[in-house]
Amino acid sequence: MQFLLAFVVAAPLLGAVAALLPAPPGLKGKNPDQAVLRHGVTVTGVVLAAALVLVAGFDHDHPSTMQATTDIRWIPALDVRIHLGTDGISLPLLVLTALLTFLCALYSYFKLPAGPSAKGFVALVLVLESGTLATFAVLDLMLFFLAFEMVLIPMYFLIARWGGEGRQPAAWKFVLYTLLGSVVMLLGLLLIGLKSGTFDMVALATDNGRGLTTSVQVIAVLAIGVGLAVKTPMWPLHSWLPDAHTAAPTVGSVLLAGVLLKMGTYGFVRILLPVAPDGMRTFAPYLAAFAVVGIVYGSLACLALARPGAKGDLKRLIAYSSVGHMGFVLLGIATMTPTGVNGALFANIAHGLITGLLFFLVGAVKDRYGTADLDTLSGATGAALYGRAPRLGGLLAFAAVASLGLPGLAGFWGEMLTLFGAFDPAEGLSRPAFLTFMSIGAFGTLLTAAYLLIVVRRVCMGDPRATPGDKAEGLSTGHGTGGLPQPVADVRGYEFAAWTPLAALTVLAGLWPAVLLGLTDPAVQKLLAGGKS
Amino acid sequence: MIVAAGSATGAASLVQSVDWLAIAPPVVVAVAALAVLVADLFADERRKPLLGHATVAALVVALAFLVPLRAGDRSTFCLTGDVQACSYTADHFALVIQALVLGGALLTALLSLGDTRRLPAGEFWFLLLASAAGATLLPAARDLATLVVALEVASLPAFALVGIKRGDRRSSEAALKFFLSSVVSTAVMLLGVSFVYAATGTMHLTEIAARLDDVPEQLGTLAGAGVVLTLVGFAFKTAAAPFHFWVPDTYVGAPLPIAAYLSVVGKAVGFSGLILVTVVGFPSYADVWGPALAVLAALTMTTGNVAALRQSRTRARSAVRLLAWSSVGQAGYLLVPIAAAAYSSDEQIGSTVAYALMYAVVNLGAFAVAALVARTRPGNRLDDYRGLYATRPLAALALAFFLLCLAGLPPGIIGLFAKVTVFSAAVDAGLGWLAVVMAVNVVIALYYYLRWTADLFRSPERETGDEQPPAPRPLRVPAPLTTAIALTAIAGVALSGAPQLVLRFAAVSLF
Repeated sequence: MQFLLAFVVAAPLLGAVAALLPAPPGLKGKNPDQAVLRHGVTVTGVVLAAALVLVAGFDHDHPSTMQATTDIRWIPALDVRIHLGTDGISLPLLVLTALLTFLCALYSYFKLPAGPSAKGFVALVLVLESGTLATFAVLDLMLFFLAFEMVLIPMYFLIARWGGEGRQPAAWKFVLYTLLGSVVMLLGLLLIGLKSGTFDMVALATDNGRGLTTSVQVIAVLAIGVGLAVKTPMWPLHSWLPDAHTAAPTVGSVLLAGVLLKMGTYGFVRILLPVAPDGMRTFAPYLAAFAVVGIVYGSLACLALARPGAKGDLKRLIAYSSVGHMGFVLLGIATMTPTGVNGALFANIAHGLITGLLFFLVGAVKDRYGTADLDTLSGATGAALYGRAPRLGGLLAFAAVASLGLPGLAGFWGEMLTLFGAFDPAEGLSRPAFLTFMSIGAFGTLLTAAYLLIVVRRVCMGDPRATPGDKAEGLSTGHGTGGLPQPVADVRGYEFAAWTPLAALTVLAGLWPAVLLGLTDPAVQKLLAGGKS
Repeated sequence: MIVAAGSATGAASLVQSVDWLAIAPPVVVAVAALAVLVADLFADERRKPLLGHATVAALVVALAFLVPLRAGDRSTFCLTGDVQACSYTADHFALVIQALVLGGALLTALLSLGDTRRLPAGEFWFLLLASAAGATLLPAARDLATLVVALEVASLPAFALVGIKRGDRRSSEAALKFFLSSVVSTAVMLLGVSFVYAATGTMHLTEIAARLDDVPEQLGTLAGAGVVLTLVGFAFKTAAAPFHFWVPDTYVGAPLPIAAYLSVVGKAVGFSGLILVTVVGFPSYADVWGPALAVLAALTMTTGNVAALRQSRTRARSAVRLLAWSSVGQAGYLLVPIAAAAYSSDEQIGSTVAYALMYAVVNLGAFAVAALVARTRPGNRLDDYRGLYATRPLAALALAFFLLCLAGLPPGIIGLFAKVTVFSAAVDAGLGWLAVVMAVNVVIALYYYLRWTADLFRSPERETGDEQPPAPRPLRVPAPLTTAIALTAIAGVALSGAPQLVLRFAAVSLF
């Protein structure tokens, strides 16, 4: 077991190095690009398989204990240990990361984004995977910081080299914002480590903040919280996200939304809640307030983008919807109750599945039409995906509906549980304030539903005979030739392969939430109780 | 009878015993310097290249002499009276810095081996070795006179080295600037040293530390002024913020290996001197130099990084200029733990030592790659690095790694953890504001390091047409240059895997 977890973290890194080396004689493939892309699929596939074996070997009766632990001395001078382990909180995230990366590798095997070389692409994706998996698997604050930083460089290059329009500024914005946040986070982590004498997350969680004075906790939570909030992203620190998503290649967007954003919320749950509960209690109302502002702001921004004539980019719209969804996650965490935190973790996974799927779909639409501009796409009556590419349209509608939190799909439980948590926040938090936040959040779900339905109407419905960009209404200047409906390729085989698992898991998590909640709940109970239970 | 015997033993004990093994590293280098100078007179033109190899060999031997000293418990040139004070101490601090200096000189020599054909060989190697001898002596010096002498032995040949490109106007100008600023700093420092001597009546640092505590009332001002002036002198040498103006022009004008030498060995000399004076000599004035150094650190890192940020990519030699400014910024980080030592304990110094070791390896590596690029593109503009990956993939990967180490981001793990130790020194000492300033600086620095790194992997398009196709399969790289890049890259990667190798100095008392 412990080798398995170490393998899951280290294998992508080794794979990345191997990807840069020339292919061995037996594996040259049709051409170098194909060989290295296949290498990427193989490595991520093996990692996914290992992660699934890890799930099978996981002791589901005790999800609150750290399992598959490794604990080796690494840098005694700084008291940094290579301490790996997984419990009910990190296990789903590990699997989600392995799954999404595998699907991305599979997708790019057939459809490599335009850019310099396949070699670099595969190596960067693998380093990215390793960094994210490490973030979820490590149990040492310094190692957590290291893993947190590790994803910066690969993501920068993925956006800046393989991205679309405006990629350079977007990539810079991403990396500078995140780095500024994480350097401030480092100060907070050091403060905790130096004042309590250990960087070990398990020991710190067991301590539950008893070794730290309240003022230290407040400063630490502020510093670490800023770093994590940038990554999450929390309003008003979100402004890097829409640009990065719009510019990133499809695969980059999927990984960014599906996995990278989770690193921020995971840090809140894994570090701040158990290690500095007093400081967290001080900031919880502010966190919740920012979270609900984020929910409403994200939805309003999406509504504005979805309006006809707003020239809204679909990828940008989904990026803003991420701000809203992550607002729910933060609200759940801010309640500091088991219900809220469980909801947050559930919403985390659900957002990874659904938004990952949405970015895949929008990427596919963009490939087919050459644009993700909503006005150009929908033309006079709508893009009419139902008519032209029924499967693609159906999947898009499915993902949108899942995203707005339809009961029975994954998006529902997370939002409901976080609102539930806000209804009855933890002791010491102001109930009226949280009731207000809850009602604002609930209002946000309505707005979410509104813009997603508008998107579905404009993209999926419409007259299939009208070409996109039809000049009839003068809404946009397309390349419409009028007359014959342009054929749009429906879902291709590899796309099906990449998307089906996400759709299936969305349904599964929606119908049978106990799969996830059974894992997270005991671990959350233990975290909030300070390692007793 | 008894009196005679007493005076006889007294006379005998006036002669200090010399532990030759302890002083072997600087002595070997100094002897080699003289030998090279003499050999140069008699060697004919064809044999001149051998002088370079002799220099490398001498430096390796000097490094080997550090091994038997590793216990770190030897000292020599001790006072024979009842006070226990020595002028030369080979403790752990001295040994680590000596290893850094000798290693840095060795790499400089490797970088220069292929380059000296246009320079007067004998003088070049003599000057390099002489400067290295001074730099090796300095960290072990424990009295102000030895300290100043060592500092001058280290810097005087450096002026000549900077100006060694005969007939090059920029080189002479650089040498002059360097000379003037350095001489001024020496004058100021000597004044300070003489004040301190006047107030305390001793040259030995440990003695000064003891006596500064109870300086007679009327000498208090004198002692204070002495302390401040001495520190100002060292601030010049370390190129701390208001005294940094000579750095970029000097680096750009000097031959590239010498710029590398100054950025690493020159800095190490200044910093070890500063550490010795502050922590060993003037601990009782910690409330003066602590805040002063903290402010200097903040100023230095901000100035250096902001200026590096503004380097244009097309200006001639902008790569070296950027490295020069970045070295100013890095000097700021190096000052942080020294300032922190004033607030908490001497152990913080270890962070500076650890950071300096990391910086030495990585910066020398970056200069080595710059020397490689300069062979085919003497302009050495930042634009010349565009698409380096396409022509020289290994060199490009190495440079990317070095730059990311300097920036402190994975995969440069050692750079990251070296920064972490500096941060933790600041946080531990309660210098929160300094830590935040440094955090902002790290982000600024990341921008220019990463921009350069990103350039390496771009496609080398653009200059289609007007110039001949990009570098007709470049000249063969001389083996010493390859060795230098490989050595630094291997050291960097090894340290990234096992940061403890360097960071163990961060947590212990080195004196």
